[in-house]
Amino acid sequence: DHFGDRLIIKGGKIVNDDQSFYADIYVEDGTIKQIGENLIVPSGVKTVDAYGQLVIPGGIDANTNLYSPQKGLNPADDFYQGTRAALSGGTTTIMDHVLVEPGTSLLTAFDQWKDAAEQRACCDFSLHVDITRWHEGLYEELETLVKDKGVNSFLFFMAYKDKYQSSDSQLYEAFSVLRDLGAIAQVHAENGDIIDEEQKKLLCLGITGPEGHVISHSEEVETEAVYRAITIAKQSNCPLYVTKVMSKSAADVIAKARKKGMVVYGEPITAGLATDGSHYWSKDWAIAAAFVTSPPLNPDPSTPQYLTSLLACGDLQVTSSAQASFSTAQKAVGKDNFTLIPEGTNGIEERMSVVWDRAVATGMMDENEFVAVTSTNAAKLFSMYPRKGRIAVGSDADIVIWNPKETRIISANTHNLNLEVNIFEGLEFRGVASVVISGGRVLLEDGKLNVTEGSGRFIPRKAFPDIVYKRIKARSKMAEAHGVPRGNYDGPVHDVISMTKSVPPTPTTRGPPCPKTLTGPRNLHQSGFTLAGAQIDDHIPRRSAQRIVAPPGGRSNITSLS
Amino acid sequence: MSDCRRQWNREDELPVYLAGPITTGSNQRKTYGMFSSVEGAFESKTIDFENYAVGRKGSRTPRSGSRERLLDTGDPISKLPSEARESSLNGSPGERDEARSRAEVRFSSGTENLNGKSERLLIKGGRVVNDDQSFYADVYIEDGLIKQVGENLVVPGGVKVIEANGRMVIPGGIDVNTCLMKSYLGTQPVDDFFQGTKAALAGGTTMIIDHVAPQPGDSLLEAFERWQEAADKKACCDYSLHVDIPQWNENVKDELELLVQDKGINSFQVYMAYKDVYQMTDSELYEAFSFLKQLGAVVLVHAENGDLIAQEQRKILGMGITGPEGHPLSRPEELEAEAVFRAITLGNRVNCPVYITKVMSKSAADTITQARRKGSVVFGEPITASLATDGSHYWSKNWAKAAAYVTSPPLSPDQTTPDHLHTLLACGDLQVVGSSHCAYSTSQKAIGKDDFTLIPEGINGVEERMGFVWDKAVTMGKMDENQFVAVTSTNAAKIFNLYPRKGRIAVGSDADIVIWDPDSVKTITAKLQQSAAEYNIFEGLECRGGPVLVLSQGQVVYEEGKLHAQQGTGRFIPRKPFPDYAYQRVKFRNQVKRKQGVTRGIYDGPVYDVAPTPKYITPSPSAKTSPTSHQPPPIRNLHQSNFSLSGAQIDDNIPRRSGHRIVAPPGGRSNITSLG
Repeated sequence: DHFGDRLIIKGGKIVNDDQSFYADIYVEDGTIKQIGENLIVPSGVKTVDAYGQLVIPGGIDANTNLYSPQKGLNPADDFYQGTRAALSGGTTTIMDHVLVEPGTSLLTAFDQWKDAAEQRACCDFSLHVDITRWHEGLYEELETLVKDKGVNSFLFFMAYKDKYQSSDSQLYEAFSVLRDLGAIAQVHAENGDIIDEEQKKLLCLGITGPEGHVISHSEEVETEAVYRAITIAKQSNCPLYVTKVMSKSAADVIAKARKKGMVVYGEPITAGLATDGSHYWSKDWAIAAAFVTSPPLNPDPSTPQYLTSLLACGDLQVTSSAQASFSTAQKAVGKDNFTLIPEGTNGIEERMSVVWDRAVATGMMDENEFVAVTSTNAAKLFSMYPRKGRIAVGSDADIVIWNPKETRIISANTHNLNLEVNIFEGLEFRGVASVVISGGRVLLEDGKLNVTEGSGRFIPRKAFPDIVYKRIKARSKMAEAHGVPRGNYDGPVHDVISMTKSVPPTPTTRGPPCPKTLTGPRNLHQSGFTLAGAQIDDHIPRRSAQRIVAPPGGRSNITSLS
Repeated sequence: MSDCRRQWNREDELPVYLAGPITTGSNQRKTYGMFSSVEGAFESKTIDFENYAVGRKGSRTPRSGSRERLLDTGDPISKLPSEARESSLNGSPGERDEARSRAEVRFSSGTENLNGKSERLLIKGGRVVNDDQSFYADVYIEDGLIKQVGENLVVPGGVKVIEANGRMVIPGGIDVNTCLMKSYLGTQPVDDFFQGTKAALAGGTTMIIDHVAPQPGDSLLEAFERWQEAADKKACCDYSLHVDIPQWNENVKDELELLVQDKGINSFQVYMAYKDVYQMTDSELYEAFSFLKQLGAVVLVHAENGDLIAQEQRKILGMGITGPEGHPLSRPEELEAEAVFRAITLGNRVNCPVYITKVMSKSAADTITQARRKGSVVFGEPITASLATDGSHYWSKNWAKAAAYVTSPPLSPDQTTPDHLHTLLACGDLQVVGSSHCAYSTSQKAIGKDDFTLIPEGINGVEERMGFVWDKAVTMGKMDENQFVAVTSTNAAKIFNLYPRKGRIAVGSDADIVIWDPDSVKTITAKLQQSAAEYNIFEGLECRGGPVLVLSQGQVVYEEGKLHAQQGTGRFIPRKPFPDYAYQRVKFRNQVKRKQGVTRGIYDGPVYDVAPTPKYITPSPSAKTSPTSHQPPPIRNLHQSNFSLSGAQIDDNIPRRSGHRIVAPPGGRSNITSLG
């Protein structure tokens, strides 16, 4: 049955991000058809019992890497394994990152990812596109992706020097383009230049183990890049989404910027909320290497709690997993050099439980906020709302029945990934998905996972998501700068002698400007006024300064000099 | 603070810092009270500054005065401005109380040549104000040095006596940021070393540190020598030099080493702005910081995000805004704060002291404050302009006026900025006041009359610097007189290793002394200034507090509104590396921060095989290859060679699960690099 089962979910407490209420839900054709008490439904409908449990919108994991190779290595868990694990943890939509290698086509990579996911994924998916080398030539592909392909979020790297890293100028140009297209700029925020230098230094010192990773990717380096990204986004008036907020100070920078009114969002990940970076110093190389991700887990043990509290108060908005699994053998590629260790941690399966255990069970967060940070906020930011992220008539039937009383202990032996190590090994979390419904089909019930490979659909997303762009649009109108109307300056003008040596800081020396950002009128200053040029009296020797050109009657226009 | 002398009245509590680096035996300290001259005190408490003259030994002895003094052709004192100033000062009855006691100069006995080589001076009845305490004492000066500080000094006959009449006697100001020779498109600032230092002296500043500004590709050494030569000929007060590094490369390193070790330079400026001209990338900054730290130099940072400025300039010109208001519009406060944040991050990572020149905005200053609170070794320098005026003038209808304010980072349009910066200065979050004096005439500024990006950047402020700090901080009750001395002189001397030769009134220090009148009031105007610029950005502002008398190297160079400055009397003051004030903490942190690896057994599990033949060696370059694509770095990248990002595998034809080919040769593979 293509459209899924007919279902009635009975007796549960429906929890959306704004309110909770008791009602039954009737599902047909993969969408929610009715919500209420005493529903009139056809006969022969399957009944799902939710008494005493919460009925929540299925989770949305806004950051997974199930297909991007690193250093020639494919992740150990692909779209099938990954989405299977996601479903078992209560996540019914993933947003995977399309990593476009420098110099290759965005569209080709996108199609490749989409094909792979359509064949393998067991739950609905959407795609972010990672741009590893920005140039204006990408504009057309970007426009196609946004307008025709349903992608409205693009990731840029401020790290991975000489590989994926973008300069500030590139980011500014790219952000300006994204703003015009109505997309969201995402950044991997770490200062790649400093990391590169520190890595070299550490390798010289003979530090080759995974602890070198966390030492070279220090918290400050992350914080600095977050600060810079926000500054660039502010200047280009583009919404910004910071992926993988891993440290207290980086989160603080985001919180402060939001207080100043910036349109910026922060995403902590499962690992950052549940564990810390002390494991990098583990004597067991395989354990230490399993934690390698960028930005790294913070060695400060109070970080998870701090991030959770910012999540609870709304300063951070979305939780994701940044799932990217590499087996120990793959990680061992960097056994003699930590810079070669493929980066990535698991967390796709544990994400919802971690948030419930660390935030809701401890009383930091209520159940509605829980729904917001695990599902609704992501849906709103990335234009999937209210199709996803809400239990409402007409929404997709991605529904999770959440049992807050049950607990589970994480172990690599019992998880649904191929990975042989789980970074949460032995941790116990309260809150478990007891029933998972995706696209109207019950995929998890009574502890049994019953997924179909390739059943996931691609969810296209529209540009200009309201929650993000309403403010941006208003500011674009406000931000128009105005010049001062003045009379022409008609005083003396110092004559500039032709200097071969000094480089005049003219805008023309800065390479061709991005044509898409030049929306204003024709630049009047690129044509006439030459600083360096032969003058009539060049043959007369003279002192370096003080020739004043002020012909009788005054010169009407300086451009007549050329 | 003024009654400190009572607290220190017992001689066994003699403060250590008043003694020189060579401690005198306790038996030598006797009689006459603590500040009186002690037998043998001259010898034992005089610091041998010859030691500081690295690399310039024998070239000239700074104190001998044997060097030919290039006298100014035409009497500079009789120039119109000074005359006009004096007449106006004396002529305005409200400002000056004739009956009030003023500093007087008289000779006790005998005849002494006023311009004598070894002038002996006694400043009587003043209140000596240092950065740590104030006390009433006389100051005896000989050979350009302070020889005695105390009461009832025994001095030789024929000494010129200056009656301070209870006024403040403070160490001469140090202006750490001037650009008196920074050319722009071949034109020189109108204030050269002569004009500029004259203005400095008239404002109570007795030492400047000027920026040597070579162009990219120029030799730093040659530029340094050019600057030094010009300053030796023209400067009227002592000077030292910072060297700006216009671009980072291997050649620069050798020159830097020479400058630090032989030439007496311990501070270098790097730029985060001026894209494609002076700007350095973060990698270059990291290397520069690391290198300068090894040399023991202080890194000065011009902190603005040049990439974004370039973009904004282009955008604003595109909108048709060409006037000076485009300057602050294209350089918003955020870009300054961002760069300050980044500079501090780099400083922390390298563990190197960072000095931010020209702190112009609240958010940049706050960034420094927060970093200091977290323990960063960072110093911030607001300038006269940012402390006394704001950026609203960029929108002036008068182009010449608006252009006169153009400097980078720009003055913040936020009118509460000066007040905020003064508050931080008073509480020690900012440390040094500079002027960033760089005067261009209106016709020079007019080079950019149709394009604000071409306006030469620079403002005046060397003369007004001390006055405005007094006016806006001390008279407002934000700052005490000791902190005033600290921010205008002592802190700079400490950071740049001039202390205690400069920045302190103590036995053995240079006789750069200012008698400060806290009540004098003057109105700033271009007509009465020493600077040759025709516009003063502080025009019309009233300033309370100013120097009555200025001594430079023991000579009276300014008195009652009259300048007696002589061209070429200024000496180059060499500075040693590793100033304690900046480097002590850094040294300790070096020891603490030794990074320790984890000692583990060798990993002997399976290792995934990485395909040795990458498929995407050359990413297919599309027709429009990025103009901004990264060039391969000059340094060998250790991580680029060995593995492919994505590539064909030998067994690609065999269908398999996501990948499990394990290569674990017997005995294990010793080194991953052998794969390449």
